[in-house]
Amino acid sequence: MADLLSSLHWALALLQTVLFAAGAPLLTAWVRRVKARLQNRRGPSLLQPYQDLRKLFAKQVMVADSASRVFRAAPYIVFGSTLLAAAVVPLVAVHLPAAAIADVIVMAGFLALGRFFLALAGMDVGTAFGGMGSSREMMVSGLAEPAMLMSVFTVAMSAHSTNLSSVVDHLLSGGLVLRPSLMFALMALLLVAVAETGRIPVDNPATHLELTMIHEAMLLEYSGRHLALMEWAAQLKLMLYGVLIANVFLPWGIARTLAPLPLLAGFVSVAAKLVLLGVALALAETVLAKMRLFRVPQFLNLAFLLALLGMLSHVILELGP
Amino acid sequence: MTLAYGAVLLSLASVLAALFADRYPTAARVAFTLLGLGGLAAVAAGGAALLGHEVERATLPLGLPWQPWQLRLDPLTGLFLAIIGAVVAAVAVYGPAYAREFRHGRSSFAVLGGFTGLFVAGMQLVVLADEAFTFMVAWELMSLSSYFLVAYQHEQAANRRAAFLYLLMAHIGGLSILLAFAVLAAHGGSFSFEAMRQVALTPNWATVAFALAFLGFGMKAGLVPLHAWLPEAHPAAPSHISALMSGVMLKVAVYGFVRFSFDLLGEPQWGWGVAVLAVGGASAMLGVLLALMQSDLKRLLAYSSVENVGIIFVALGLALLFLGSGATRLGALGLMAALYHAVNHALFKSLLFLGAGAVLHTSHERNLENLGGLLRRMPWTGLFFLLGCVSISSLPPFNGFVSEWLTFQTALQAWTLQSGVLRIMVPVGAATLALTGALGAACFVRAYGVGFLGQARSRQARHAREVSLGMRLAQGALAVACLVLGVLPTGMVELLNGIPQGLLGQGLTEATVHGWLWLTPIEARTASYSGPLVLVGLSAAWLLGAWVLRRGGVRRVQPCEPWDCGYARPDPRMQYTGAAFSQPLRRVFGMALSVAQVVDRRDGLRYRLQVGDRVWGLLYEPVGRMVKGAARRVARLQSGNIRIYLGWSLGTLLVLLWLIS
Amino acid sequence: MTTIAQLSLLQQAVFVLAALVLFASFSLLAQVRLTSAIHAFAWQGALVAAVTTLVAVGSGVHHLYLSAGMTFVLKALLIPWMLHRMVRRLRLGRHVEAITHPALVIMAGASLVVFSYWVALPIERLHFVATRNVVAVSLAVVLLGLLMMVARKQAVAQVLGFMSMENGLFLAAVAATRGMPLVVELGVAFDVLVAMVLFGVFFLQIRESIDSLDVDRLNRLSESEES
Repeated sequence: MADLLSSLHWALALLQTVLFAAGAPLLTAWVRRVKARLQNRRGPSLLQPYQDLRKLFAKQVMVADSASRVFRAAPYIVFGSTLLAAAVVPLVAVHLPAAAIADVIVMAGFLALGRFFLALAGMDVGTAFGGMGSSREMMVSGLAEPAMLMSVFTVAMSAHSTNLSSVVDHLLSGGLVLRPSLMFALMALLLVAVAETGRIPVDNPATHLELTMIHEAMLLEYSGRHLALMEWAAQLKLMLYGVLIANVFLPWGIARTLAPLPLLAGFVSVAAKLVLLGVALALAETVLAKMRLFRVPQFLNLAFLLALLGMLSHVILELGP
Repeated sequence: MTLAYGAVLLSLASVLAALFADRYPTAARVAFTLLGLGGLAAVAAGGAALLGHEVERATLPLGLPWQPWQLRLDPLTGLFLAIIGAVVAAVAVYGPAYAREFRHGRSSFAVLGGFTGLFVAGMQLVVLADEAFTFMVAWELMSLSSYFLVAYQHEQAANRRAAFLYLLMAHIGGLSILLAFAVLAAHGGSFSFEAMRQVALTPNWATVAFALAFLGFGMKAGLVPLHAWLPEAHPAAPSHISALMSGVMLKVAVYGFVRFSFDLLGEPQWGWGVAVLAVGGASAMLGVLLALMQSDLKRLLAYSSVENVGIIFVALGLALLFLGSGATRLGALGLMAALYHAVNHALFKSLLFLGAGAVLHTSHERNLENLGGLLRRMPWTGLFFLLGCVSISSLPPFNGFVSEWLTFQTALQAWTLQSGVLRIMVPVGAATLALTGALGAACFVRAYGVGFLGQARSRQARHAREVSLGMRLAQGALAVACLVLGVLPTGMVELLNGIPQGLLGQGLTEATVHGWLWLTPIEARTASYSGPLVLVGLSAAWLLGAWVLRRGGVRRVQPCEPWDCGYARPDPRMQYTGAAFSQPLRRVFGMALSVAQVVDRRDGLRYRLQVGDRVWGLLYEPVGRMVKGAARRVARLQSGNIRIYLGWSLGTLLVLLWLIS
Repeated sequence: MTTIAQLSLLQQAVFVLAALVLFASFSLLAQVRLTSAIHAFAWQGALVAAVTTLVAVGSGVHHLYLSAGMTFVLKALLIPWMLHRMVRRLRLGRHVEAITHPALVIMAGASLVVFSYWVALPIERLHFVATRNVVAVSLAVVLLGLLMMVARKQAVAQVLGFMSMENGLFLAAVAATRGMPLVVELGVAFDVLVAMVLFGVFFLQIRESIDSLDVDRLNRLSESEES
């Protein structure tokens, strides 16, 4: 443990977190751009989300007079907890102190903390939109959490650890092994990621119609820097899930030592994987239609079933006599 | 041991003081002060026992001539004594202001104060008892005094019914516990726990004793399907008593179960662990689903207690499973996780009940659908209730998260088990735990969002005011304790380490081997958690964000009207109600509950929703019908004819003479 | 413990495909639309054929290539085509069947998988190490097919359940004993084909008698009670 705590490790961990925060809007921009191309449009520039955030930070904040302190504190809490969750996921290198402070269950806990306050903020103003968004969000997240934790457990049962560094180490040290359990866990996590980040087919990130909003409904009253923080947190969450899928299930290329060349290779490989995942997400969003709300439990049951099959395959097929 | 004596005696002294409270008002304050001092003494005694290395024993010349009372203070007893003491101290600070409303009413404060003291003394004696007789006497004292407390506001029929149901089930449970002790005593020859420890039972008899103890203690703790008394009795009692009952009495039942299975019975079988795991999981699921559907705030908290007791028993089931399969270290970890959750639940459930009591005290309204906007009117109570909600939803950096994390870590070690079927069942059980955790968070978002946020839905909620200093202090102390237990889990684990060491012979020294900053229950490579660094990280992220953003340029926040789609300003009735919030989950999980919706269009539009517990119809009503039928048949004996009665006497005399001859 | 990392890549691929066959069984259980269910069945057949091919490559038993080809043509192409034709003739294309409590059916399916694993645990003596696991999966597929026949009311869905049972048996044979003698396999394949034809004829008859393909309504044919 002590070998993880030198100042170089801390500095790299901090740098990785900053990179996460800085890169998140870029991933969202890339997905939007690919979607636009698939729809025969040119699409906004890749720097558009940065310009949006800058504009929002400069704008005045309007707060409803029926809101309480929770409404004003929530954007900071949501952004802070999402950033901390992102700090736990290995982006460029493993063996950083964040893995010792928090494992993947703690990461899920941070995301839950953010979601709790987001839902409370939705209910704070006392209008019907916010309550509706919070209610739907708690249903979706309530059903997504067991699926996500089940797929995490499948991976943890293989690697005998919930520490993300150990998991990545274990998967890299075995060479190329085709594990049905990890395949199912990956499929489950893909479905859960779509649900938790509020993308089509679960929720439309670009809608403001009450029939279709989940995440946007909770943000409806926010403006100025509060809205900027909330939007940034949502982009960060998308990148978090992308990096989790890319670096835990397909970990080749990640830096296991802290020398410059492996770090550069880690950076390039994660960027490439995120580009591919962005294209896949954009394709899925274009091809699929948004489901009605009460089909989402079936979608999440499918995710849970896949995760359960992953666990069953692990015990039945992967462990010998 | 003297501190423990002091704790019990101070509780009894508070009973005496309370008896004079009707005549002399200051006696009520004295009673609460004595109760609080007794609580602090209990905390001190418990802490000393946890940290010390020796087990203290004592014999009191009370009880039967050939069976004097024997008391014992070991680390397990110490922990539960500390839990009782801490919550009692908080309630004692809270009580004077809260009980003021009873002094001007029809009910006598002497009854309330007197039975509160007896209740606390009973609970303390239960955990101190070292032989079955003392245990049962103290158990009865605890049950009976809490019956009178539940029936305190007996003017309402619902409270009387709740109290009767509670008394009935407490006695059935007590009978089952007595039978369990009887099995051990019959094989060991004596009532003392020391003799029971030495008994070597055959596996079948051990299973019988375990089943009886599980039934009895589980019923008192509120496990499904014997939980029906909990959501009736806890809301019926005054709020500070509900805090004591939910926070402490359920833990005393957990203590009884732990003492019986881990200490007195000796070698657990893995099958018991599976049964306990299944029942705990079912309780957690049913408890949280029903909690989501309640609109009465105290009933919601009562069902949430059912859920949390289920979680404690899931961890205990895992511990029994691992112990039965020979993995003692993992069994110790499971026991540690269960005890940690017991402490956590005592703290945050009492906090939530005291908060609900504060809301009830100032607005006289318990129904969530009539509350709203309370945070702006009661900022301190609102803040502490929020911290309680965050803790009970198992969110970092608070204490609920640590115990849940430890339970997950225990469950994930299932790969060490030999049986493949168990290797599947344990992670599936852990996934169910994850589901209940997520639903629990949904339940408390609903409770806090509908009750404290938004706009006030009724006149009473609009006129709510902040409560007095005593009530605020009690809630604040409990909230701070929740945060401390979440941020310093290593300290708590070290404190609790004496318990598995004493009971199982194996402590969890590797959990804190890397220093106070890192909690590593199995080893650092497997999983580690650093509470203080998480708190530092979260605070840094928030403060940095706030400082960076408020520094430059636009700082002023402009108030405006909420978004109204261009129509009129939203009315408080347009907000989401509690029933509306839980409607999606009601639709998804509807088959586990009995949901009845009525839309009445005759005269305007009326909507009525009733969500009930299926267990009532599946178990309680058939049993009730059977008992009534049997009673009716037996009642035919009472024919009223004197000659038939004399005939019975003649028959009995003949049988006895024949037996003697 | 011989874990998966110690087996050859070919064997790992067999495991992955066997797990996908199990997934196809579950999706057969839960699919409400008949056309999607038939597609799931076709995929299951294709996956079983792929497993057979891989085992043929790994073990060198050449008649397995023939079995693989036959399974693919029969189970992945011919029978689904016949089922699609039947569905079109009976105008069931848009028929959506409501499964009561799909979550309970899936939970029952998962318990069946665990149960078949437990049943297969004592199997020790097999030629090839670690095929016990694939035998457990095949048993699960058979049981899930039977569960499908119990849980679904639509007659075509019942046929699919029956066919997937046969898939499971074939998978078990391939994994445990390197396939059955070719004569036996040919016989079974023709039996399945004949069964398909007969089903088609029967369905038309049932439709005409009771005007629906809901097998629960077959009890109207009983003469003892008035419906």
